[in-house]
Amino acid sequence: MIRSSRAVVPAIAAAAALAMVVSACSSGGKSSSSGSASSSALTASAPGITATSITIGSHQPLTGVAAPGYDEIAPASNAYFKYVNAHGGIYGRKIVYKYLNDQYNPTDTVSVVKQLVLQDNVYAIFNGLGTPTHLAVAPFLNSSKVPDVFVASGCECWNSASTWPYTFGWQLDYVREGKILGSYIKQHFAGQKIGYFYQNDEFGQDGVKGLDDEIPSADVVSRQSYDPTNINVGPQVAALKAAGAKVVVSFSVPAFTALLKLNSLKLGYSPALVVSDVGSDPITLAGLLESFAKQGGATVSGNALTQGIITDGYSPSVGDTSNSWIALFKKIHDQYLPNLPFDGNVLFGEGVAYTFVQAMLKAGKNPTRDDLVKAIEGGLPQGPVVAPYTYSATDHSGMTGAYIGVIKNGVIVQQGPVLVTDTSPASAVTAYSGTAPAAPASGMP
Amino acid sequence: MTLLRHLAAAVLAAVVVAILTIQLNAFRDYQIAEIACYVVAVAGLTVLVGLSGQISLGNGALMAVGAYAAGLLLIHLQWPLAGVLAAATAISAVSGALVGVAAARLRGPYLAGATLLLAVALPSLAIKYAGVFGGDQGLTVGLTPPAFLGASFPLTRWQAWLTCACALITLVLLANLARSRVGRSWRAASDDEVAAALAGLNVARLRVLAFVVSAACAGLGGALLAVTTSIISPGAFTVTLSIALLTGAVLGGLGSLPGAIWGSLVLVLLPTYVTDVATSHGLSSAAGSNVPVAAYGIVLILVMLVFPEGIQGGVRRLLRQFTPGTPASRDLPPGRAAASEHQEEGSL
Repeated sequence: MIRSSRAVVPAIAAAAALAMVVSACSSGGKSSSSGSASSSALTASAPGITATSITIGSHQPLTGVAAPGYDEIAPASNAYFKYVNAHGGIYGRKIVYKYLNDQYNPTDTVSVVKQLVLQDNVYAIFNGLGTPTHLAVAPFLNSSKVPDVFVASGCECWNSASTWPYTFGWQLDYVREGKILGSYIKQHFAGQKIGYFYQNDEFGQDGVKGLDDEIPSADVVSRQSYDPTNINVGPQVAALKAAGAKVVVSFSVPAFTALLKLNSLKLGYSPALVVSDVGSDPITLAGLLESFAKQGGATVSGNALTQGIITDGYSPSVGDTSNSWIALFKKIHDQYLPNLPFDGNVLFGEGVAYTFVQAMLKAGKNPTRDDLVKAIEGGLPQGPVVAPYTYSATDHSGMTGAYIGVIKNGVIVQQGPVLVTDTSPASAVTAYSGTAPAAPASGMP
Repeated sequence: MTLLRHLAAAVLAAVVVAILTIQLNAFRDYQIAEIACYVVAVAGLTVLVGLSGQISLGNGALMAVGAYAAGLLLIHLQWPLAGVLAAATAISAVSGALVGVAAARLRGPYLAGATLLLAVALPSLAIKYAGVFGGDQGLTVGLTPPAFLGASFPLTRWQAWLTCACALITLVLLANLARSRVGRSWRAASDDEVAAALAGLNVARLRVLAFVVSAACAGLGGALLAVTTSIISPGAFTVTLSIALLTGAVLGGLGSLPGAIWGSLVLVLLPTYVTDVATSHGLSSAAGSNVPVAAYGIVLILVMLVFPEGIQGGVRRLLRQFTPGTPASRDLPPGRAAASEHQEEGSL
């Protein structure tokens, strides 16, 4: 007994210490706003709403594998909420945004969301991040009748108003995105050999579903998937090269877009690269390319390697300084969030926060939880994204389109018009004829 | 006599849990359920490590076996809950027997390595065979309180009752097992293998049996966790979970069943508590989200320094100091306490 525990205890302590180092690789901030602005007409109309504040919650990967990049989203949303609070709030109420770390682990997601709903009494869950994580809590939120708005995932599954009446998507779903990228490829790379590289889960599979709606199946010479826990994608890249694919379409997260690029480089293989929006943020990608190459003992220029990547965007490009939305969100970023780079993740966080404020203003002065759902189902004005929303009583999906962009010198440059479509295989991809609204001068919806 | 004492303690604990779950809010009920799930798994592990002297870094994966077994039975065969829990326990016990047969030949770091392999490899199967196990998203199971409790009975309270009942039954069974001939043989084999073998004990069979018991507990814990969280996905059963279980067993006190409760309390409550404290003190730095991880490390180091025999050992030492007439010299050196708990009861 003595012998065995003496040997075992230090070993366990060392193992536990190792686990901590592994899990503590990234971090994000957490803050709340408070203040007092009272009006006699404001009442505590719903859980989480008092005369002076609206408390909302979220689950986010602040540490762990999904944290790099994505841990900027909630602080960016909070920066926009602080801006709103400093400019009169929502009918005088301040937004308190409490986001908890679920480490992208669905069991932790259940735990933190139960805490937010059952103990902290949040009014709504806003922008919960991730498909596997959020799927773990959507049934609970709907049975508890808690608004579950603007999930940070492009899974088609959030659009099921009959089973999950309280859940709403926001970002362009991966099927639509696949169709938009596919239609571009069909036009511009007609008759060429095409290869797929995609994450082997709902995200990648939905994307492929959309691509297959547009690209003739005879053109697709190789379909390679990767598992996000295995960083060795050499075999897949070699297979794409062997099949002679001249165009590779990648539904991947940023780390795997970088691995695809570096592995192709190693094999002297340079197909045209088409990457989904979530895996193509040029700033994140350039940083990853440089750090991965450094680990392998090589020096590369991130911006040189991202040059020419074709992607799509549903927010204005971060580099488009003449765009009024970019100017507004850059100003708020510089004031409230100067420590983070102004990249696609920050823009996403601020944009989705803007949409939430739009919905809350529409829900009325003393809203119940159902009022928020009705407000969104009544439709929302377009705001900071390039195509209109679909919201209605039967459609909870969100955005309908995006533009094609090419990365030039570390910036996504828009090519051609905004393209819109829907998720059914039969419907075509068409150019959007409307014009995007400009950002309001006040910065408030 | 011992059986009666254990049953009395369990009944007392059940009353306390019942009062707590009615008094506290729904989220606290959920946390109690989570704690109970971990108690089952940690108790099994503390028996394996503390009594039979073997290490396992793979019990998280065995929890996954129990969780997926429960999920598949609930979804495809719609078995009643009691049957599902029993079957999940049995299936994990069989898996534990397979691991145990291999493990009986390995010692120390080699055993740790072999079981670590299990923890790393098993969750990947769920992704590899996504058609059956639901891939990254896993399986979703629903649980509703039984009809006789009434339609408005809170789900989280029912979950707390269910898991605590299972945890108490497990603890009573393990406590009796530890004081039985099997428990004594485990201690004998772990103290001196050669002497135990000379005394006629089948050491290999004892070691396999310890693995089976610990795997059954891990499987039941996993099945309970599945019905509590309503989700079974590979992300929940990583190496981190296996190490957390071991940490819980060590923090509480190796080989001590009350220690398993202490360890589980720390595992579940510490992260939430520290996050709340950090938030309420307006800690908005980039360090904010890493504070729970740091606190976990500090607690681990402090417990090892101050109570080398774990929290339960520390509690016992404090009690002894405040009990008049007990000589201080009965304090045992580190590592001894876990075994002493049983030896004091004079079984050997």
